[in-house]
Amino acid sequence: MAKVLMKGNEAIAEAAIKAGCKAFFGYPITPQNQIPEYMSRRMPQVDGSFIQAESEVAAINMVYGAAGAGARVMTSSSSPGISLKQEGISYIACAELPCVIVNIVRSGPGLGGILPSQGDYFQATKGGGHGDYHLIVLAPSSVQEAADLVQDGFDLADKYRMPVMVLGDGMIGQMMEPVEFKRNEPPKLPEKEWAANGWSDKSKPRSVVNSLYIEAEICSEVNRKLKEKYDEVIKNEVRVQEYMTDDADYVIAAFGTIARIAKNAANKAREQGIKVGVIRPVTLWPFPYDTFAKAAGKVKGMLDVEMNQGQMLEDVQLAVQGRVPVNFFGTQGGVIPTPAQILDEIIKMKEGK
Amino acid sequence: MAKTVFKKTEMLTDVPLHYCPGCTHGIIHRLVAESIEELGMQDKAVGIAPVGCGVFAYKYFNCDMMEAAHGRAPAVATGIKRVCPECLVFTYQGDGDLASIGTAEIVHAAARNENFTTIFVNNAIYGMTGGQMAPTTLVGQVTTTSPYGRNEQTQGQPVNIAEMLATVNGAYYIERTSVHDVANVIKTKKAIKKAFQNQIDGKGFSLVEVLSTCPTNWGLSPLESIDWLKENMIPQYPLGVTKDKGAE
Amino acid sequence: MMTEQIICAGFGGQGVLLAGQILAYAGLEEGKNVSWLPSYGPEMRGGTANCNVVVSDEEVASPVVVEADCAIVMNRPSMEMFEQAVKPGGLLIMNSDLIEVEPSRDDIRVLRIPANSLAEQAGSVKAANMVVLGVYNACANIVDNKTIIKCLEKLMGEKKKHLIPLNEKAIDMGSGEAKKQQS
Repeated sequence: MAKVLMKGNEAIAEAAIKAGCKAFFGYPITPQNQIPEYMSRRMPQVDGSFIQAESEVAAINMVYGAAGAGARVMTSSSSPGISLKQEGISYIACAELPCVIVNIVRSGPGLGGILPSQGDYFQATKGGGHGDYHLIVLAPSSVQEAADLVQDGFDLADKYRMPVMVLGDGMIGQMMEPVEFKRNEPPKLPEKEWAANGWSDKSKPRSVVNSLYIEAEICSEVNRKLKEKYDEVIKNEVRVQEYMTDDADYVIAAFGTIARIAKNAANKAREQGIKVGVIRPVTLWPFPYDTFAKAAGKVKGMLDVEMNQGQMLEDVQLAVQGRVPVNFFGTQGGVIPTPAQILDEIIKMKEGK
Repeated sequence: MAKTVFKKTEMLTDVPLHYCPGCTHGIIHRLVAESIEELGMQDKAVGIAPVGCGVFAYKYFNCDMMEAAHGRAPAVATGIKRVCPECLVFTYQGDGDLASIGTAEIVHAAARNENFTTIFVNNAIYGMTGGQMAPTTLVGQVTTTSPYGRNEQTQGQPVNIAEMLATVNGAYYIERTSVHDVANVIKTKKAIKKAFQNQIDGKGFSLVEVLSTCPTNWGLSPLESIDWLKENMIPQYPLGVTKDKGAE
Repeated sequence: MMTEQIICAGFGGQGVLLAGQILAYAGLEEGKNVSWLPSYGPEMRGGTANCNVVVSDEEVASPVVVEADCAIVMNRPSMEMFEQAVKPGGLLIMNSDLIEVEPSRDDIRVLRIPANSLAEQAGSVKAANMVVLGVYNACANIVDNKTIIKCLEKLMGEKKKHLIPLNEKAIDMGSGEAKKQQS
């Protein structure tokens, strides 16, 4: 199939449909509105379900219901709306239901602004809701990758029975780039024996989708199993992209769209004879600690660049363990860093500042 | 030879109910379960338990069940029914769950005329958390958070859900019943069965509000509770159909 | 190797987003790598709007245009905002019908295009965006004008098919004006 030019938000929606997503529940919030709009048009065409819910809270609980009944289901929102969904996400994680949640991040805190930001890194990777749980967090840097990761996200969600978050930013959502869907037909879904959709086979126990465990021993066991699952995800699912790191003296750490700007900066640096590479985590959780740890043994310094006050920075520092300096350059409030600014920071670092 | 005059419905498990002595949740559970069994829908039923005294309902109803976050059962039911229209989906919610934290969800499920059934148990108090004021607590009623009696100046007036939802254009069938005596138990069963039948017939959103007792938190004996319900709750919450599109 | 980075700006309703989009479509149609990044938000509703377009033979590194090969500015606020974004030696296409002031830069090429007047001559002032698109492509020559028309046809669909000749004419007039001024 030929490449088509699509807005990130629309590509995300179409990718989901092509991955067999049968239900979408959302609520309007900029800059992700094209996702529910697109879904409202497309879902009826594929015998799926679209609801503009009364709130983000309701939307995520509709996801809980549809996922619990065994369907591939997605919701999307932007930062303040994702905050509202956290309760439901925690329940979904505990009840071990698969679903995909898209966050097209805008700047915060509070109502913030509608321009791109990466301020939800902590919320996405360190819990967000209450209790001990994780989401698989995928951070696309292009429209093509956004489509790919949404489709992979559904598979990962089913494989591990856990919610997957696709963390884009306003730029990813709004920009148009060519896309080719790697999957055009929904795959055959794995059998979901645990789904609560009618107890027809009496030879098996009835299905109960639940996150309430009053007895300490049982609740502890539930947590132990979750931990076991998360360890498995950490072992199997780390994704990272390295750009010109082989001979690099300096490495820029960046995720999502900012990694593309970082690549530009790396190219510019090399024109000036400074060997710079880029490490771009594709999975923000599980985080590619090993890649950074290895790089720390080879480079003179790292520069972490984010559209926030320094959130992924903490994971980079954790990976590097103080072996090389890790500088930080961040922009907030919807301001996008420029290659020239990043280059300046690299030069500063080279000069030992 | 012995003749069976009463048999417990198979729609209830053998797990002993945790409800307090004299609480009418048990009766309401039985009515819901019998209705589903009599309609032959046990294999298709998916129930949603609330947060509140009914929180363990997933242990008792012998069908596929989901446990929802506080107040969100109608949203969960919506999600299930939309992807599984052949299922018989019901929520079982109390007054804190449905009439306080979950008002948005129930109103909009009704507005969309979602084709599921809600059993709304109103006992005018938060039972599970220890007797706090509910949105349905009567004016003057003493609870642990209205120790001087519900003050309508500062704590507002009771919310009449059956009347309120009757004003929602989308809703199909709303009735309020009680279980304080045999005649009303029979009426309640009839209403619940009708609410399920509506769903089977694809009619849409049906809700039965059932007045219920809470002897423990009302500080009354089971028998006194029955009288209290009759004398105090029914005047505030009159019984009867508030909306029935099928009868129009 | 070719990489063109363009900013297209104006007030809402001038079709600057569409002009940029058509350029991106045309680039894609000719097998190039493209990206189109719009400004979004309140400015969409009556204020200034702009988009960044990148058309390249290689993978598009950043969709954000900071040093533009060309800025197309359709009104005065847009010129004030984006004149400085043009890289030295780059091109500024300004709608001289709506911008009375002169650019401050002397290290860039400037084309003053009466885009509104030319569009009116073509049949509708609404086609001013196509005039400047024609101007731009005559200068940069990154796609075939025929490809642009083909993409327009696709985008507009059956319902607006009758507007194609008008738009085609506007593009031609833009091309002609660019060639005239550059000769």
